[in-house]
Amino acid sequence: MKIDGIPSGCAISGIMSEEGRRIDGSVIIKSIACMHDRSNGLGGGFAAYGIYPKRKDQYAFHMMYDNIESKEATEEFFKDAFNVDKDEPIPTFRENGISNPPILWRYFLEVPENRLKFITERDYVMKTVMKINSEIEGAFVASSGKDMGAFKGVGYPEDIGKFYKLEDYSAYIWTAHGRFPTNTPGWWGGAHPFTLLDWSVVHNGEISSYGINKRYLEMFGYRLELRTDTEVIAYLFDLLVRRHKFSTDRAIMALATPFWKDIDRMEPEQKKIAIAIRQVYGSTLLNGPFSIIIGHSNGMIGLNDRIKLRPMTAARKDDMLYMASEESAIREIAPDLDEVWSPKAGTAVIGALRDVE
Amino acid sequence: MRIDAKGMHYRPLNKIIREAAASGEKEFELDNIGGQRYIGTGLNDSIKITINGTPGNDLGAFMNGPKIIVNANAQDGIANTMNAGEIVIHGSVGDIIGYGMRGGKLYIKGDAGYRVGIHMKEYKKQVPVIIAGGTAGDFFGEYMAGGIMILLGMNGKAPLVGDYVGTGMHGGVIYIRGKVDPYHIGKEVSCLELGEEDMKLIGAYLKEYCELFGFDFNEVMGGKFTKLVPLSLRPYGSMYVY
Amino acid sequence: MESQLPAEFVVDVDYEKCRRCKRCVMNCSFSALEFKDKVTPNHRQCVACHRCATFCPESAITIHENPLAYRYGYNWTPEIRKNILKQAESGGIILTGMGNPKPYPIYWDHMLIDACQVTNPSIDPLREPMELRTYLGAKPECLEFNSDASLKTELAPQVKIDIPVVFAAMSYGAISLNAHKALAMAAKRMGTLMNTGEGGLHEDIAGYSDNIIVQVASGRFGVTSKYLNNSAIVEIKIGQGAKPGIGGHLPGEKVGEDISKTRMIPAGTDALSPAPHHDIYSIEDLSQLIYAIKEATDYRKPVSVKIAAVHNVAAIASGIVRAGADIVVIDGFRGGTGAAPMIIRDHVGIPVELALAAVDDRLRQEGIRNRASILVGGSIRQSADVVKAIALGADACIIGTASLIAMGCRVCQKCYTGNCAWGIATQKPELVRRLNPEVASDRLCNLLSAWGHEIQEVLGSLGINAIESLRGSRERLRGVGLGQEALDILGIKHAGIGQ
Repeated sequence: MKIDGIPSGCAISGIMSEEGRRIDGSVIIKSIACMHDRSNGLGGGFAAYGIYPKRKDQYAFHMMYDNIESKEATEEFFKDAFNVDKDEPIPTFRENGISNPPILWRYFLEVPENRLKFITERDYVMKTVMKINSEIEGAFVASSGKDMGAFKGVGYPEDIGKFYKLEDYSAYIWTAHGRFPTNTPGWWGGAHPFTLLDWSVVHNGEISSYGINKRYLEMFGYRLELRTDTEVIAYLFDLLVRRHKFSTDRAIMALATPFWKDIDRMEPEQKKIAIAIRQVYGSTLLNGPFSIIIGHSNGMIGLNDRIKLRPMTAARKDDMLYMASEESAIREIAPDLDEVWSPKAGTAVIGALRDVE
Repeated sequence: MRIDAKGMHYRPLNKIIREAAASGEKEFELDNIGGQRYIGTGLNDSIKITINGTPGNDLGAFMNGPKIIVNANAQDGIANTMNAGEIVIHGSVGDIIGYGMRGGKLYIKGDAGYRVGIHMKEYKKQVPVIIAGGTAGDFFGEYMAGGIMILLGMNGKAPLVGDYVGTGMHGGVIYIRGKVDPYHIGKEVSCLELGEEDMKLIGAYLKEYCELFGFDFNEVMGGKFTKLVPLSLRPYGSMYVY
Repeated sequence: MESQLPAEFVVDVDYEKCRRCKRCVMNCSFSALEFKDKVTPNHRQCVACHRCATFCPESAITIHENPLAYRYGYNWTPEIRKNILKQAESGGIILTGMGNPKPYPIYWDHMLIDACQVTNPSIDPLREPMELRTYLGAKPECLEFNSDASLKTELAPQVKIDIPVVFAAMSYGAISLNAHKALAMAAKRMGTLMNTGEGGLHEDIAGYSDNIIVQVASGRFGVTSKYLNNSAIVEIKIGQGAKPGIGGHLPGEKVGEDISKTRMIPAGTDALSPAPHHDIYSIEDLSQLIYAIKEATDYRKPVSVKIAAVHNVAAIASGIVRAGADIVVIDGFRGGTGAAPMIIRDHVGIPVELALAAVDDRLRQEGIRNRASILVGGSIRQSADVVKAIALGADACIIGTASLIAMGCRVCQKCYTGNCAWGIATQKPELVRRLNPEVASDRLCNLLSAWGHEIQEVLGSLGINAIESLRGSRERLRGVGLGQEALDILGIKHAGIGQ
């Protein structure tokens, strides 16, 4: 699939139960719908974690196909690359004005043991995602993680949510995105969230450092076919946290790195680390305006650029963590909050599951 | 300090020597040396290193003071850009010996390879000396800009020295014990007979050299030497037009 | 043989304005002006260095190109005809100075920089932070941490520069000690580096060791373990853009007492520094020298390798990185020199823009771009060139000619004569005196400050506030008037194509 890059303004929202309680999708739809005016109907999407508890050890591939040929080609490839335990259409509700959806199908996959002699399972799955997106014409992997999925398309987010019948799913993390692209490719794959394995990213703003972030990731085998800046965020987290084994804090120190003037004032050991991170990971710095919510199996991370050019509000109530572009989007679903704050520039808001099984 | 260097990489070996020398150690004996590079490289201390085995390339590069004795043959790049000190090789050596050397002594018992003493330089009292007891390959003293080289040919092998002797030479002096066919000599060089001063000069070095390796001093000095000096300090002065 | 060559320039003295103060005569170091009752030009000697015109209090002097007409010939240009005459008269190799003046394409001038509008915002560099700090040296592929969260990975030595512009290698010998002093002082003040070139380190600037790159070239002039350690970076010079595959040659008449001491050779001898290094005949030999230097500096200094941009530069650079270099310097075919055969300067090498793009690509394809910093030079004329070079993938730029011009050079291309009227490319005490190191250093600092601000302006308009977000970000460049092949090599799209 080929599209032009899409600079965009947007709305984002995320909710999480740190206790791991599952909440149905109507809540997140309500929150993102509150920020209707931040989007323009050209893209909406959701990521949900904990939605396939019965199949939580299998990779759930949400696929988008332009046509039946691309579906057949992909299924042929899946047969060879995986054990396909189950496949089915993604349930949709087709009477709310959403037009021209692609073929939406999901697969529950296991990696055959004999494929893992020289590569880890997740690297193997990552490579297959890259391969499908770049080599199978008309096929696009919307999500590829375990016990999670992305639901996205062209339309206002609340309409997309209803289209995918999200009220029928329950998840301990929901993130949502309403899009305001400044041109109109009208392509379903281009909507947020962008995902890889269990990483998902919803993003408001534009990454001005996209060019070098992309070239840096390419050195590590990532193929950035979508030509959109959001994609790099998912891949950078995958590289830093999964492959380079960084803690979340360290990853954030690379992506929204402190200014030299602040590094120069740090305590010696911390300073040494910060300098080394900037020296080695300078090409990962996300420069330009952004607020993002990153979802992964064990939590949710909210992050602003280092001079806070995009808005973000965070809030807590009991075990719930909320983040959104506007406070109203949180109040809409949780009027009574324990704590509401504006995260500082370049400082992450981190939600983590309390008892990770 | 005695070090068994069997299987050791040059980096830890040289680190041990560097650190021990810095804290006052004066004598090192290295056993089972086999190809470790850069021994003595960059060292400034007045220490003595005895090497048993064949050391690797760039022995004594940038060296500035130490004395190194090798009880075997040695390889390429000995005394590269060496500033001061002394290296004694009880055997033969490879190519590119004494490149850019500008001080100290390099005494070789046997043969030397190609490109010996290229870019050797001198400045005032700092005059490097290379003596080889056997033969040498092509480009002996190429671009030589200073210092003294003596080639003895004691083992009677022929040819005594290869082609292009002193090509591009613009300083220093070469003494070769024996006849050198003009065909072998670079065009920037002139051949002279030795005078009394020359005999005195080389005598001083050769006395020390003969004692080290057990050659008969009188036999060495009794040979017929050829002296090579540059025709000009500016060999390529007229090649350019402004 | 009597020369048939016509004068290149005609000096015009306005005798109505001239008040015969003779200042012009005293200032002319090329004997182009004499005083015989009045100021009398010897046109043939004039090199258009502007010294007389600059110092004439009455502005009475103008210099013209000799208008002497040549019958038009697209093929037999006047320059070619003059060169033939010159060689017919002398039999010599034509020597020249500075960089390639021929009208080959300048790719910098065919690349345009992006800017932000609405969808992503620009940043105001006047009030927002704009970071130019850069670290030169090899970086590991990733960082590892100990269980107590401290840093496990030990980084190779890194050298901090506050502006990604470094003074290029110019030896004491090619340029004067006062010029060297000015460069060292400016480098220190601006938090950047100067480069000794291959002529050794004069004791007067040895105190600037944190801001000095010391060079090791084939002649090894002044190279001792003390010299290697008295530096921020040690650089092995393999080649330079003005004369790839050709060595340096400081004529004996320039080797006076002081230079003789710095280079550690007797006064009056030619200082020959030919290509190649005679201990480097293959890439593994380069590796041997790199590690000899690392041993001699106890692994505390990054080792840089400078090469000229030639056809196979990408593969060569890859080999250099794999040989252990921490920094690769690529010097394009427009790079300057104190003296080079004209045939080499004007016809050998490739543009640095293409070389840089090819090298950065190649190192990324091989996954080793992190292992070395890339510095580029060879006619970096303005801060826009610096921005474009960094966007193509350079870590920093080196400037030689630009820094000389800042000090007063008029690019008359007569460096090899040793008669530089501005006290820069000369060793004659009476001329060297003309260059005040303090003043020249101020001028260099001003140039770097100005460029620094300009680079910050561009970063702001690009909506980024750290130089590392520009480095290698070719997405922010577009080509104009370039063919597909050049665009592909540069890795940029043509203007008019969006993201």
